[in-house]
Parts: sequence; structure tokens; C-alpha cells
Amino acid sequence: MMLAPVTYNLALTTILRKRVLPVDGEVIPKLNQRVAATDVIAEASYSHSHHLIDVARILGIKPNVAEKLVSLHVGEEVSAGTVVATGFGLFSKPIKVEHSGRVVATGGGQVLLDISQKDFQLKAGISGEIIEIIPKRGVVIQEVGGLIQGVWGNGKIARGRLHVLAQKPNEILAASQLDISLRSLVLLAGSCQDTDSLKAAADITARGLILSSIHPMLLDFARKMPYPIIVTDIIGQQAMNASAYKILSTNNQRENVSLNAGAYNRYTGARPEIVIPLPHADIPPVPRDVDLFAPGQAVRLCRAPHAGAKGTLVNLPSGLKTLPNGLRVMAAEVKLDNGERITVPLVNLEVLG
Amino acid sequence: MASVIESDSVLALDIGSATTRAMLFDVVEGRYRFVAIGQASSSAHAPFNDVAHGVEGAIQKLQEITGRIFLDSDRRLIASVQADGTGIESVSATISAGATLKVVVAGLLADVSLESAENLAESTYAQIVEKISLNDPRKAEEQIDSILKANPDLIIIAGGTDNGASQSLQKIIEIIGLTTYLMPSEKRPVIIFAGNKEMRNEVRELLEPLSSGLYTTSNIRPSVEREDLAHARKELARAVVSIRKKQIPGVDEIDMWSGGHMLPSAFAEGRIIKLLSKLYGAGKAVLSVNLGASATTLNAGFSARLFSKNYPQFGMGASLTELLKYTTAEDIARWLTIDISPQRISNYIYTKALYPNSIPATKDDLQIEQALGREALRIALHEAQEKLPTDVPVLNKDLLPLFEIILAGGSIISNAPTLGQSLLILLDALQPVGISTLILDQNNLLPALGAAAELNSILPVQALETGAFLNLATVIAPICSARYGTNILKASLRRADGSVTVVELKQGGLEVLPLKIGEVADLNLQPFHRANIGHGAGRKVSMKVGGSAIGIVLDGRGRPLVLTSDDIRRRELNKKWLWTLGG
Repeated sequence: MMLAPVTYNLALTTILRKRVLPVDGEVIPKLNQRVAATDVIAEASYSHSHHLIDVARILGIKPNVAEKLVSLHVGEEVSAGTVVATGFGLFSKPIKVEHSGRVVATGGGQVLLDISQKDFQLKAGISGEIIEIIPKRGVVIQEVGGLIQGVWGNGKIARGRLHVLAQKPNEILAASQLDISLRSLVLLAGSCQDTDSLKAAADITARGLILSSIHPMLLDFARKMPYPIIVTDIIGQQAMNASAYKILSTNNQRENVSLNAGAYNRYTGARPEIVIPLPHADIPPVPRDVDLFAPGQAVRLCRAPHAGAKGTLVNLPSGLKTLPNGLRVMAAEVKLDNGERITVPLVNLEVLG
Repeated sequence: MASVIESDSVLALDIGSATTRAMLFDVVEGRYRFVAIGQASSSAHAPFNDVAHGVEGAIQKLQEITGRIFLDSDRRLIASVQADGTGIESVSATISAGATLKVVVAGLLADVSLESAENLAESTYAQIVEKISLNDPRKAEEQIDSILKANPDLIIIAGGTDNGASQSLQKIIEIIGLTTYLMPSEKRPVIIFAGNKEMRNEVRELLEPLSSGLYTTSNIRPSVEREDLAHARKELARAVVSIRKKQIPGVDEIDMWSGGHMLPSAFAEGRIIKLLSKLYGAGKAVLSVNLGASATTLNAGFSARLFSKNYPQFGMGASLTELLKYTTAEDIARWLTIDISPQRISNYIYTKALYPNSIPATKDDLQIEQALGREALRIALHEAQEKLPTDVPVLNKDLLPLFEIILAGGSIISNAPTLGQSLLILLDALQPVGISTLILDQNNLLPALGAAAELNSILPVQALETGAFLNLATVIAPICSARYGTNILKASLRRADGSVTVVELKQGGLEVLPLKIGEVADLNLQPFHRANIGHGAGRKVSMKVGGSAIGIVLDGRGRPLVLTSDDIRRRELNKKWLWTLGG
């Protein structure tokens, strides 16, 4: 028995995604409402911006004395200029609030204000129907369509019409390909190996880039781009895996394709994802989260010498196998799509859902 | 001889971020021995999100190997030995799986209590995300907002000498209290207070309701000159396990199997190193290195004093890209025997980080992986050396202290296809000086033994004595400033059968005197040109030496080891050194 990691490249499936706030807040949409990927579905006051007024220190008095002078209470909304406390004596100036905000704590002659101007907003991430409301926290969204999972994302979310720029899975994106006719589109764009291409995509206000691979030196720059970038296969240079390319290229000009380029987190399972909403008669089954390796599965190889290759698992021999480099490992026999039959370390395989 | 065995078999579970291990220790002829190990992929991460799957897989493997049954048909542990021989009496558990803990350290002075709080944090799987001290020029509200943004799992507070002034520390505690008050209750961190003991009650009163667990321990900086982390490490271990129980499903159950004695692997390994250094006595320093997927861990024992460092940034798994903040692909390429471009090395690092459980399947990739291991270990050791106590035995403060015993684990080292590869990784990365015995922890048993010591004090000692580890080599590495090619050491080995082998070591050279495991011989070492092998410049050494898998290795390549910038010559030398050690 060996648990298998699963990556989903599915032409038509049912996608369920739970989207929740980090803290309690307000859930905006109603049950059964349709949302777009960029819609805000929940908001919370989750402030990292405070202002501390130390009345005791300002007036040079003991905290227990200062505490009696403070006229504000927890929960009170105050605007700039509101008097916090007034000292003793004829010429004592009142202490005023410098920033508008809400009093979150008082005590010991101190007042702490929450001065954050905007609430934390959670976007839907994918389009779909709200099928469950999680009170104060978020929603479960259901969509039917194509699903492609990536290996890297730059943290942005957007949606738009999908345009196939890369005519083959192994194309390398050039800045010169990105002209104004491609503005506001989600671009299937091959491998990116230079900053100029990323800049050019920003210049034409592309809605997003779907890349097979990206040069490692571009990652920091890619994170700063205003549009989402999802890498499907590898950090480096490699053609897009055939199944992802096929699903994407056969949906050329499809509207409302969503890119949620959230970072890959192996503990939570969150992955960058492309969702292509598709018309459907019935609701297809939801794919399984967990699988065990078994003969007959479609698999993808993640490491050299066949990185990115797709095939079928044909046998799981018992015991350890010796690789050409001398390592002894649990292995699988895989028949690649090109007909070649190879032995691969089991840990270098992922099941294609 | 009457047996002093406290209980019979012990099942030791170690939940790593890549691999989960189930190890069986049992009594054979009146002594504890390591019997077998079963391994499975860990399942702490998505989509499994429950360590139980990996633990079950590892135990099932162990059952297949030993023929013994520990799990019932519902895959539950059979918690005591039954009449039919199934089940197990004692279980120990260690864990290194889980995302790196985000830790805020707070203290009074940056170079006193705050430094000790940092040292404590660095002994576990932690990344320090924020520091608060009196030296901090920021306003209180800026410190509060920084801690809120950092969203820590754990806050360590130190400061104040015992019975000393408390007012300054009170300010720090108030800031921490105010910050945690602002956090939603389910996001509040665990807090460890390790400062002025007079403040404990006050801290408990203020912070216990505002944390997800408060641990108080003895002052880690009881005076300006003295640091004492021993007690705080134990509380930190408890705190880390409590955090993991909340973060990772299944940990709670495995902790129950172990009677609530689960420990972080790094802590358990440190305990064994401390025990060994106590056993070996003064003058015999012990070092353990573990090149794990989640972190590189170093534990050094000097006369029962433990120095412990854990570097998640040098882990060989998902955090591997962090290594490029400390070194370059060009520097990693220096360890290769073949020409591989820095770009390819860089790509390798990112691929490995995306697929941390994957392994190299080609000869070239294996070389890159081993080069990464060398570089991670070398830099981790360099970072640790800067914080070592000043009174440890050294020949040169820029070099590794004199360690009589070095234990090494982690899959890159212990699963290398040849023992020569394992040894050369260690020699290149650690660059030991003087005379050291290098021991391979092939099954990553050290954490398990450290945890088992909690249940059974005899087990680790006997298991260590009965071949649970592989004696890899006795390494003699002189320090000498003679010119390249000059004779710096003559080694004469007289075996029990009377045969004598003599080898002369040249500056820049690497030689091996084979001596099989189980053999004992007399070794005479005559240094030339004031070469120092740990007993003084030019001083002769005569000693009894035991056999090992590779034998006695004379490493005259220089300390520090400086690799030539001539790419072709360097690759040839790397190849030659590997060949000398058996390929």
C-alpha cells in the first residue's frame, strides 16, 4: 500500500472549494447565488494597524492616576481630534486622538486604537454556485468545468477570456508576441524565460498568464506583476504536460476562465488552479482527494530523465529496485505515452486525477 | 547474569516530513538490540492530512519484515502483548513533520536574554519571525502590529536576572499581552516564559488566558554571563508537540500510544548526544548531524553539556530554495565530478522543493543532490560554529572543534549507494580535525533512541553497543601549513596477526588503511613539519584502533579544505578522492 499524490488535469469535473476567512467576519453572498472568481465573498476586521496613546507617559503621572482620566471606552468609534484625557492644572492641554479608529483596549493609563482603514476581503477564487454558507467564516463553491492544477502561483486572482498564444506545448514566450490585441485576456503562453515578457503582459493589461515553466530568477519579479501567473509544470524550462495543454488549447476563447494563483502549500493542499466553466447536462462526479498507487493509473513523472512525461502505471513490483545511480528504492513500471517502458521510483510519480 | 531489563520490546515511531519510520527494539540474549525498521511515506501533508496513514504504512512494513503483529484488523495498535504474541508493551514517538514554526522572541537586551531566547528557538523546528527587546527603537504599537502580522505559533519571553529588577520586563510582557489580546482566540500562540523567576506568577496571571498554552520554565539567562537552556528545552519540546497536536490530525492519537511522551525528533536526538557525551566523559566531545527533509540538525555534546541547533532553512525538502540565500549554484557545483551548469543546479533545487519527497533517478541528479547535502551541512556547521561555547576543545577557532565521535544521519548520507560516497560527503562538509570516529546512523535511529530513553533508560545504551549503527571510518585529519605534496604524517598499523602496513600522507592527499569491522590494531602516527593531529604540533600518537567499514582514513587535504578554481583539475580530484574511499 502506498499513498499517491494526485494532480488534477480534468476536462470536465465538479469542483468544490471551501473559502474561509482567517477570523470571524461577514459572509456576503447568499446560498445558491452564483459568484465570479474575483467577487468578494467575505470580509473581516483583521487589523494589523494600531495606535497606542500612553496618557500616563504624556502627562508624566502614574498609570493608575492616568486611568481615571481616560474618557474613552472599548468599542467606541473615535475620529481624529477626539479628546482622550485632560491633565490637571490651569494650562494642561487635552490629549487628542491623531487618527480615526476604534478603541480596542484601555487600561493602565493607555488607550489602544485600531486605525486600519479597510477590512480584510476574501475573494471567491473560482466562479460557481454557493452550495454552503459557513456562518461568519465563508462558503463552499461548486463549479462544473475543466480543472488544471499548477505547481507555482504568484498569489493573484483574476478571470477572463482564454486565448491560446502558445501553439505548441514547448513554446517559449517572447515579449514581441504580446501586442495590444491581447489586452484583457488570459493567455496560455508557454515557458517564460525573461522579464521583458512579464513586463509586456503587464503593459497590455493581460488578465493572466498560464505558463508551462518559468526561469527561477524571474520568481520575485513575477510575484510583483499585477495579474495572476500560474506555472503548470516546473520552475526551470520544460514543455507543458500534454494533458494540461490539451484541455487548455481546446478551450480557446472560452469566457470566464478563472486563475487562482495562490501559492502551493503542501500542508493545506492549496494549489494554484485554472478553472474553465463549461456547459453541462449532468453534474459529473467530484474527483477523489486521495488515492493508492495501482496498475492502470495515468501517472506523470516529476523528475529527470523523464520529467513531465505521462504514462500508465503497469506494475508495482515487490521489494526494492536498484536504479542506474545505485539507489535502492520502491519502484513502479510505467509505460510512457510514447510506448517506452521504464522503471521509476514510486516517490517520483504523481497520479493524474 | 540477571537481567536488568525494565520491559521487553519497544516500538519506536518517528514521523518525519518525508518518511515515517517504525522501529522495533527487542531483548536478544539479555540485551536490547535494534531488530528491524519499516518505512512509509509521511502523510502529515495534504491530501492525506493525517499522520496515521504514514504510521500505519510503516508499521505494516515492519510487520511484514518481522512477522510480528502490532495492529489489529481495524488497524488499531494492540497495546499490550497478547497470549498469541501479538501486540507491543511500549511505544515511543518522535516528530519532525509539520510546517516550520513561526516564533517571536522577546527579551530585555539584544545580546543577552534575547540572544538566549534565539538560541532556545533555534534548537527546534522554528523560524524567528519577529524580535522584541528594549533595544528596539520602534514604538509599542509598531511592535504590536509586527507581531500581529507575523502571526506566530509560539512566543518565547526571556529576560531579567533571577530576583533582579522586573519593571523593564513588565513592559515587554504587557506588549505581548496586548498583542495576544488582539488576536482571535483560536489564533493565539503558545507562550514560553523563561525569564526572571520572580515574574512567573504575574506572567501566568496575565498571559495564560491570552495564549493557547503557557509554559513557564527556569530562567535561560540567570545571569549576564551564564546561559542555561537545559530545562527550557524540555518545556519547548512539550510546547512544540502541543502545537503539532493542534496543527496535524493524528498526532494526538500517536502521542497517546506513547503515553503522552512524544518528543520533537531534534530534541530526542539531542538527549542521546548529551547522554553519550556524559558516558564518554570529559575530553571526548560528540557531534551528531542529521541532514533531514525538514531541517539540518546539529547536536554537540561537551562533557554532558548540550549545544543544539536546528536549521529549517537548510532542510533538503520543501525549503531547499532557501539554501540559495546562503550560497550559489556555482559554489554547489564545486563538489561535482562532472560538468553541470549552475542553471541546471538551480532548476534541480526548485524541482526538488516542489516535489520534496522525490529522489534523484539519474547519476547526474544524484551528484547534484549529494553536492546540495554537502553545501547545506557545511553552511549549517559554519553558522553553528559562530555560536559555540568558547571553552570547547579546538585546534583553530575557525575550524570544527575536536570531536572524538561524529554520528551522521539523513537519507542523503545514509542512503548513498556506496559507503565511500557517504564518507566523502561528511569529510567535505564537516571537515573534521584531529582523530574522529565517524558513525553512520543508517536507519535514523538517534531520535528514536532519545525518545525510548524516556521509557527505558537501558535501551539506548545497549542498542548503541550492539551494532545498531555502522562504524564508518576512523578519520585522522592533521592541520599543517607545509607545502602541497610534502610528507606530513606517517601512519603505521600493526594488526593482531602481526602484519604491518605503513602509509605516508602528503599535504593535499587522502589515504586509506583498511581495517575490517571486528579487528583491533595498534596505530602509530608520526607527524612531520609540525602537523597537529589534536595532541600538539608534531606530537606522536600511539593508540589502539577498532576496525570499521572503510578503515582508517588519513585526510591531508587541508583545513579548511580549499578546492582549486581550475574546474577540470577540481573535478578530477573529487573523482580521485571518491575512488580512494572505494567509489
